[in-house]
Amino acid sequence: MEITFTLNGEPRIVEVDPADRLLDTLRYGLGLTGTKEGCGEGECGACTVFLDGLPVNSCLVPSYQARGRAVETVEAIPPGELDALHASGATQCGACTPGVVVTALWVRRNPGLLATHSLRELMAGNLCRCTGYDGIIDGLEAWIREDAP
Amino acid sequence: MKRVEGLSKLTGRELYVDDLAVDDVLWGGTVRSPAARGRIREVRFGSGVDWSEFVVVDHRDIPGSNAVFLIEDDQPVLASDRVRHLHEPVALLAHPSRHAVRRALREVEVVIDQEPPHLDYRLEAAPDRIQYGNDNILKHLRIEKGHVERALAESPVVVEGVYETGAQEHVYLEPQGMLAWEEDGVITVTGSMQCPYYVVDAFRFALEREKDRIRIIQAATGGGFGGKEEYPSGMALHAALLALKASRPVKLIYDRSEDMAVTTKRHPSRVTHRTGVDRDGRLLVQDIEVLLDGGAYVTLSPVVLSRAIIHAGGPYQCDNVRIDGRAMLTNSPPFGAFRGFGAPQTQFAVERHMDRIAGRLGIDPVELRRTNLIDAGGSTATGQVIDDGVDRVAVMERALELADYSGRRARHAEFNSGSHTRKRGIGLATFFHGAGFTGAGEVYLDSVVHVAGLPDGKVEVRTSNVEMGQGTLTIFTELAAARLGCPPEEVVIAPVDTARVPDSGPTVASRTAMIVGHLVEEACDDLRTRLGLAAGADGDSLKEAITGWHEANPADEPLGQARHVQPPHIDWDEETYRGDAYGAFGWATYVADVEVDLRTFATEVRDFVAVQEVGKVLNETLARGQIQGGVVQALGWALLEECKWRDGAMENAQLTNYMIPTTADVPPIRVEFMEVPYPHGAAGAKGIGELPFDGVAPAVANAVAEAVGCDPDSIPLTPERLMELIER
Repeated sequence: MEITFTLNGEPRIVEVDPADRLLDTLRYGLGLTGTKEGCGEGECGACTVFLDGLPVNSCLVPSYQARGRAVETVEAIPPGELDALHASGATQCGACTPGVVVTALWVRRNPGLLATHSLRELMAGNLCRCTGYDGIIDGLEAWIREDAP
Repeated sequence: MKRVEGLSKLTGRELYVDDLAVDDVLWGGTVRSPAARGRIREVRFGSGVDWSEFVVVDHRDIPGSNAVFLIEDDQPVLASDRVRHLHEPVALLAHPSRHAVRRALREVEVVIDQEPPHLDYRLEAAPDRIQYGNDNILKHLRIEKGHVERALAESPVVVEGVYETGAQEHVYLEPQGMLAWEEDGVITVTGSMQCPYYVVDAFRFALEREKDRIRIIQAATGGGFGGKEEYPSGMALHAALLALKASRPVKLIYDRSEDMAVTTKRHPSRVTHRTGVDRDGRLLVQDIEVLLDGGAYVTLSPVVLSRAIIHAGGPYQCDNVRIDGRAMLTNSPPFGAFRGFGAPQTQFAVERHMDRIAGRLGIDPVELRRTNLIDAGGSTATGQVIDDGVDRVAVMERALELADYSGRRARHAEFNSGSHTRKRGIGLATFFHGAGFTGAGEVYLDSVVHVAGLPDGKVEVRTSNVEMGQGTLTIFTELAAARLGCPPEEVVIAPVDTARVPDSGPTVASRTAMIVGHLVEEACDDLRTRLGLAAGADGDSLKEAITGWHEANPADEPLGQARHVQPPHIDWDEETYRGDAYGAFGWATYVADVEVDLRTFATEVRDFVAVQEVGKVLNETLARGQIQGGVVQALGWALLEECKWRDGAMENAQLTNYMIPTTADVPPIRVEFMEVPYPHGAAGAKGIGELPFDGVAPAVANAVAEAVGCDPDSIPLTPERLMELIER
């Protein structure tokens, strides 16, 4: 089947199998390999992408559900924005990192979330086995502070 | 300096093996044993599949010896007539469609005449379950110091304890993967791995070909922790066998559940202590028995056992020590290398036992440790004299101060008296970890490093040591730049490709920064000398000299080399297990503060302090990341991570029901370093990667013990286990 959606700001038309996960379409169909498969069952968050601005596990989203919607992947984030995470040691092996960056960006774009949730609660859907999380949390705090007046 | 490849990872541009687009690629899959032990009667290929579309490989396609070459050669690449564990590889399939491979695997039936498996390493095997030697003992090692029996008889107090630890899955976030193809008669594999030259050795043995027809290239590696030390050798062979038969590239990528079910895990352990002490708490004698579950083949169990027993006595002075260790065969997938390599298991036991001794004697656990920590000039269980300038008591004092140990203890007593449902406790562990290969191991590795001057005047560092998240690229860049007096941008780290880099040993054992980094420094010195540069020459003159060399010698390159020379102070006797087990130890004290909920039996870690002496810290951010990551991984082992077994293999092979810590499960890890430079390590550094794993579980278990007044003897301390312990 053919679907049309917006990918990183550009309209795209792709042919997908009804059984294809959004993760497969991005990685193997469109060659956007920044989005990683860590577990394939929505536990680890390595495949996190934005779907209409909300972070989702792309391994749990059938591709056809992206029809008519906006998908944003790690590739759309300008490297220049990532200094705070770079400096804090937010990445080690890098396999969880693209998912972490997408969720972190969601938190940064929606500071109101912090009125009801801690950073550690908001980031709990992204497993990382290397950093012990301090590098991620410290980097995200610094990233959010960049926006403070 | 920030991580060299950091932005590439943050932006998702870093290419891991499954990210590599390859034309004409086939997808591989593995047919596995459905039974823990038995004879293979038949492999049936179902009629619902057009098998002519598939490439099928079994043991008959192996040109050389059917074994994964390591310490011994008992593990087949593909089982031929017998299987020894569930999921053991029996045959391989490849097809252009990944989905077709998945469907076809369900249509292959391996028919096994089952034999009785031996599944519990703690039990003596019945005669019909003996499968290695005449006793299933994969390795037996012993350390003896002083007069154990006499000292036990003369000890005023003897304290006993039996401690058990469970298996642990690595959960590197990138599952194992390999891509193989043949090019101009050279079998080439790229994939996720820690030890490319182990793969070369495995290929020479099983494919029976010369080194110059084997090329192994490390792809970006998404975490290893030991899980990509030995396992990739067999998997790379699988991909290669398929590629050779298909005459096409083959990708073999495990998904998470296959990875968790079939790959190595941390060795389960049972450690028995019998300790004689005087009334003041001085250790008079340690009699320790270590038992490891090795799984179905020898693999690395002998060396894991070695490190386990060397660390089993803890960082304490004791004149009479006997440590008897055995690694036992069971019909489980082989247990393997995992951060700490046996030392976390035995130091969980000794550090829990120290608190038990303190309780028995009515001595504060801190005082008991102060009395027994090795002083300058004291010696370890193997008789290694410790005179490294480190004040181990000061390390402990600093951790206690940072944690406000006394203040918290007092506040907890007050809190606990006012709360029936929640109890708080604080616990500590003092511990050590030897860096580098044990004893003469580094001599056998005979590591070599090259540093070349490139035509554009930059220098290229060539080693076989990989970046897997721990920071090798950054550390080597910094070390070379500092040594050569040039900006880091002038240093390039060569891709780890065995066609291009010398064998500087495996990326394991906390050896890369300390030992290989030191060789990088020496190779830089050698490059300077070859270029005729004085020791103090700056980066500009280096660049000039390199480009000048290339103009004068267009067909050649200036090459600095260094080969490992064992530091003269290391004197080790492999036969008696006496002497200097390691060139250097890292020393640490960790303090955990916990709250146990007596309604749910869940343990929350409220605060964690990690103070360690690791020689010179090379890069503060990377070093802190190693400690924090190691601590959190070990918190998982201590509290959450439990493998459930079926027929000897992991049944809960999913992240849905094998829980690793999330951000919400752990507190900030407060890290502090004390630095006493080690003269034989790069810029004074000692190994750092594994140390943080060793002290976490005992600190947490000791804190839980204090909180609820129980005496835990096994981990993980899941709510279920804790409930049982408290209601026992």
